[in-house]
Amino acid sequence: MFDQLSERLQGTLSEVRSRGKLSESDVDAAMRAIRLALLEADVNFKVVKAFTKKVKERCLGSEVLESLDPGQHVVKIVNEELTELMGGTGRELAFASGGTTVILMAGLQGSGKTTACAKLAQHLRENEKKDVALAACDVYRPAAVEQLVTVGKRAGATVYEKGTDADPVEIAAWALDRAREERRDVLIVDTAGRLHIDSELMDELAKIKKRTKPHDVLLVVDAMTGQDAVGVAESFAETAEFDGVVMTKLDGDARGGAALSVKAVTGKPILFASTGEKLDAFERFHPDRMSSRILGMGDVLSLIEKAEQQVDEQQAEDLQRKLEKDQFTLEDFLQQMRQVRKMGPLSSIIGMLPGMGAMKQLKNANVDEREMDRVEAIILSMTPEERANPALINGSRRKRIANGSGTRVQNVKQLIKQFDQMRKMMRSMTSGKMPNEQQLAHMMGGSPRPPRPKMRRK
Amino acid sequence: MINLGSRASANGSPETEPEPQRRGVFKRLRESLSKSRQALTEEISASLFDRIDDETWERLEEALILADAGAPTTATVVERLEHEVDSGAVPADGVAVRDRLIEILAEVASKGRAPIDLSAQPAVLMMVGVNGTGKTTTIGKIAWHLSKEMGLSVVMAAGDTYRAAAAEQLEEWARRAGAELVRGEADADPGSVAYDAITAARARGADVVIVDTAGRLHTQENLMEELSKVRRVIAKQIPEAPHETLISIDATTGQNGLRQAKVFSEAVDVDGVVLTKLDGTAKGGIALAIAEELGIPVKLIGVGETLEDLRPFDPSDYAQALLAE
Repeated sequence: MFDQLSERLQGTLSEVRSRGKLSESDVDAAMRAIRLALLEADVNFKVVKAFTKKVKERCLGSEVLESLDPGQHVVKIVNEELTELMGGTGRELAFASGGTTVILMAGLQGSGKTTACAKLAQHLRENEKKDVALAACDVYRPAAVEQLVTVGKRAGATVYEKGTDADPVEIAAWALDRAREERRDVLIVDTAGRLHIDSELMDELAKIKKRTKPHDVLLVVDAMTGQDAVGVAESFAETAEFDGVVMTKLDGDARGGAALSVKAVTGKPILFASTGEKLDAFERFHPDRMSSRILGMGDVLSLIEKAEQQVDEQQAEDLQRKLEKDQFTLEDFLQQMRQVRKMGPLSSIIGMLPGMGAMKQLKNANVDEREMDRVEAIILSMTPEERANPALINGSRRKRIANGSGTRVQNVKQLIKQFDQMRKMMRSMTSGKMPNEQQLAHMMGGSPRPPRPKMRRK
Repeated sequence: MINLGSRASANGSPETEPEPQRRGVFKRLRESLSKSRQALTEEISASLFDRIDDETWERLEEALILADAGAPTTATVVERLEHEVDSGAVPADGVAVRDRLIEILAEVASKGRAPIDLSAQPAVLMMVGVNGTGKTTTIGKIAWHLSKEMGLSVVMAAGDTYRAAAAEQLEEWARRAGAELVRGEADADPGSVAYDAITAARARGADVVIVDTAGRLHTQENLMEELSKVRRVIAKQIPEAPHETLISIDATTGQNGLRQAKVFSEAVDVDGVVLTKLDGTAKGGIALAIAEELGIPVKLIGVGETLEDLRPFDPSDYAQALLAE
């Protein structure tokens, strides 16, 4: 779906290097590629227009650095501009200097408000040591109150609810009184999802805001939102001027161009990212990582953080030494595989690697977790000697291993062959050469890429 | 829109929607679309085609992109129209070009079109989709239509055993629709809930079983595998079932909607799309991309919160509403 922008730009600008300076037509070609990439990422059309104009100005006439090729140079400019657009003058949550801090949550239906409320409660409780209460003001969606009660409890927050017969504005005011009485640090007010063009419900939101005087109003936005995100954010800004955005469902494979659009149009920062099913899958938002994601440049920082949590330093060092000495065994491979799997589903990890997101072969390969189970079973059925030296494995051993792991001789053969290829690849990696796309794709198994769409506009 | 086979006449229910309601859809859709401030209609007013030149095509592209139709589908539609005008197949006349555009858009939206088939006894309908796209609400509305308007007996399976209070939400809908609800314990196996619901439906001779499932991101492979398993459990009971598998797609969804439809379809063989939340300002253009690239048609649209706001999808109404002034 999304070609790596830098790859595309490198192709477009491959001729430029010899000249050392970007001409206007080079830049136009690059802008076309950027425009398409941003549109595929759901960045709002008007934001894209303004953005490419700005980037074009910066690219024109700027010297291509000696060490960089022109494509990389443009990507660097784009990345810097995107990061600036996304971050800029952000602010943290504003806590009351004394008493109860009120946070009002608003958004469209299905954007994930109720879940975000509970996740924010948990986040504040764990990271800021706050005593958090939740107010259940969604009286419209069936069972929304029950949902908040359940997830609120899980998050260790007190939930104030009055069922579905009370008026949401009254519930909010009443909950605030109680929160103050009970000296809670924070009250998070969950509201019903509403359409930004539903004047009645938008009025209600304005009233809740007036009655509770929140320190922060957060707009909850689904990362998968398309071109409409801008209009929605503008409308909410008019009614209940929000201070920041919570992006939800960022654990999917949406590029999240909506984040950029909302920030660009309203100027409000994205404060939090919700990234998974579990309550603790909620983190501070990192603008620089998001711009890379939008560009398909991978989220190396997040990957490194994830890896740091899972990977044992000592083991990593041992492994490095083994790689250098070319002593990498199937046993090591097994350990590696287990560590990688601990980081989460492979497909999501691949998405974080720069360039990998672009390789449709990999993206569509949909790494089969069961295949990994099979590989694990095969290696576990080998003797330690066999794991250390796969060359030992002859016909009869293969048969034994296949029987032991409940697989077929063919699978065993294939695994050993793949392992050999991997060792070769690693050897070339440690010698400083990156494997090419084809080698990688071959390793993971993949399909050819579909033709690219052609767009007229620059 | 909903094919009830021989049962339809037995129940005396009309097989096609009556004309007034169809017009109602058109009107509502147009109303909702016209509310948009950056309405597509602004971009594609008839005057756009007064003079046909490069700028016409560029602005048309812009309009379709803003409707979330996506770059490839937009390029296909515009290229086709431009080619037809250039070759003289369509006269370079504003009205003719506009009409032809509506035809092309409707044609794209019609790819893979088929009615919802509930002729089996019991017919099993399974609802899937990403979190927050409106699955449970859609199911409630479908149950209400089948039960209250068509007089069918409906059993609902509360297969979302994950989200807190999802079963309670469905229970409320079951009460409104007068349908029976089969639910399991929290965190119960969703396959077993579907199994129990079908068993109950068979024992009672019910007409339709509607299986709700938990919202899941299509990138979560273990959850997608769980979904395939639910489907397999259903098929074990009734080999042809589920007779209809629908994915709910939020009209505000951008290009990711295409991935959603593709991956869900690979897991559970989706028959159609329910395009929800069309009452907002989003045009749901991603449905065009889904039909064009995957051949999965929109079957139902959600245009509001009330029970009547779930409607059959009409490609030509939709195309017209996209372009209406």
